Amino acid sequence: MIELENLLNPTIKQIKPSGIRKYFDIANEMEDVISLSVGEPDFHTPWHIREAGIESLEKGRTRYTPNRGFALLRQEIAHFISRHYQVDYTPETDILVTVGGSEAIDLCMHCALCPGDEVLIPQPSFVCYEPIARMAGGVPVIIETKPENGFRLTPEEIEEKTTPKTKLLVLPYPNNPTGAVMRRGDLEAIAQVVEKHNLLVLSDEIYASLTYGEEKHVSFSSLPGMRDRTVLVNGFSKSHSMTGWRLGYAAGPAPLIGLMTKLHQFAIMSAPTTSQYAAIEAMKNGDEDMEYMRAQYDMRRRLILDGLNTLGLKCFEPEGAFYVFPSIKCTGLTSGDFCEKLIYSKHVAVVPGDAFGACGEGFLRISYCYSVKHITEALERIEAFLKEL
Amino acid sequence: MQKEQLLELLQDDAKLTPAQLAVMVGAGPEEVKQAVAQYEKEGIIKGYHALINWERTERQKAAALIELRVTPKKDTGFDEIAGRIMNFPEVESVYLMSGGFDLAVTVSGQTMQDIALFVAKRLSTIDGVLSTATHFVLTKYKDGGVVFNRDYEEIDERGSNLCD
Repeated sequence: MIELENLLNPTIKQIKPSGIRKYFDIANEMEDVISLSVGEPDFHTPWHIREAGIESLEKGRTRYTPNRGFALLRQEIAHFISRHYQVDYTPETDILVTVGGSEAIDLCMHCALCPGDEVLIPQPSFVCYEPIARMAGGVPVIIETKPENGFRLTPEEIEEKTTPKTKLLVLPYPNNPTGAVMRRGDLEAIAQVVEKHNLLVLSDEIYASLTYGEEKHVSFSSLPGMRDRTVLVNGFSKSHSMTGWRLGYAAGPAPLIGLMTKLHQFAIMSAPTTSQYAAIEAMKNGDEDMEYMRAQYDMRRRLILDGLNTLGLKCFEPEGAFYVFPSIKCTGLTSGDFCEKLIYSKHVAVVPGDAFGACGEGFLRISYCYSVKHITEALERIEAFLKEL
Repeated sequence: MQKEQLLELLQDDAKLTPAQLAVMVGAGPEEVKQAVAQYEKEGIIKGYHALINWERTERQKAAALIELRVTPKKDTGFDEIAGRIMNFPEVESVYLMSGGFDLAVTVSGQTMQDIALFVAKRLSTIDGVLSTATHFVLTKYKDGGVVFNRDYEEIDERGSNLCD
């Protein structure tokens, strides 16, 4: 009998599993659970996009694609980025099609980091940055963003955590789980610090298509001088409701994208072929779908925000993604206790804020990727729950 | 509030309250109430119905789509004959169609025989009706934008991912 425990990689063994599992396990055993916990769209992939995938299968297009992804897809991605975010990338050298935005994040960290390099990670944020940074030999340095700043990152916070070893800054905006959005002015201030300390930036803009209000999303790489030190990560999951297709991309300076392509070529070979055909259609003819879904989310956002504020759970107004992040400090409960009690007594599943970093304690992540009816029902149950506390 | 946004929301779910609608479109509840009242007054909102899947009830109900070829009248065209057909309570809808026939009429009754007799005795005897073709509805898969057939009902499969 081999002693696997001693043979396996201790770095991975030490990574904590996601804190969300517990609630899913409880929820799975109940029948009438109403969930506001998922982080993926409820819309189906628009039919014309699915059809493009189906058509490619009917024609037998089931082989590998070029490592970087189809040339046509990369061209369409370049057009898309230029049309929506006013940055120009050369499809031949600056764009890599990946298996979801997650792979792009993984590749970027592995290619940018040398052992001991420090990575600045603002939290609350998506759970993958810290473990991936560790796996890539980096040292995660957490920046706790503050509710009073609308969970935006400030240049002072970066300065405070920057050392001579700092290599990479993660910019997770529009933000999961807070819904925070960085405005142009915020980003310009960050760009100055980035330049001063010669940092690389991993700008995870997977929710770029989902911002609400007057101002559209500003891509960090569109700022003067930032294109050449930024890896822009985006994908099709959130913008085109294509989570299960597993397709994303990275756009950035050619030398870094080249390195990422090399790693991708050995680990993945090429992103799923059917998905790439569908994605070409999404990039060419999907803008209207994107806008339709955004408008729907916006109405739900207003509804849930108003509902929670009326219940006395204070929310700052999220301007992006599809989450609200209410404070539950007035209840005196911890995030974990609140979620556990809520699911046991009212069968409503939400995610505790501290699943996205310790500074998320005292908050909940509530997703509005659900129908209005579903949201209304959940709000009624939360109201009943709060009354019984 | 965008033009026709309220109509779209109400078409989808007429049970939304003015307060909910107001929040969703970013207007005041009074403003929404007034807008809806105006739509009703102008005949843009014609009514509010529950969408019922009668197949799941005890009640016997049959439905048919009837294609009518008719001779239009000199001055009134198809309007006069459509007007006569509309008056029957059995008739749920009357459309003027392009293509191989003129009027599409949907009719409901308790049994197929009821409908067949209605067509034979009432519709085909109307002056100007040249021919009828009756197609009975066997089952409704989807109606009013909503899936009726249980096998095709949506199941929310999301939630298996633990760190999205």
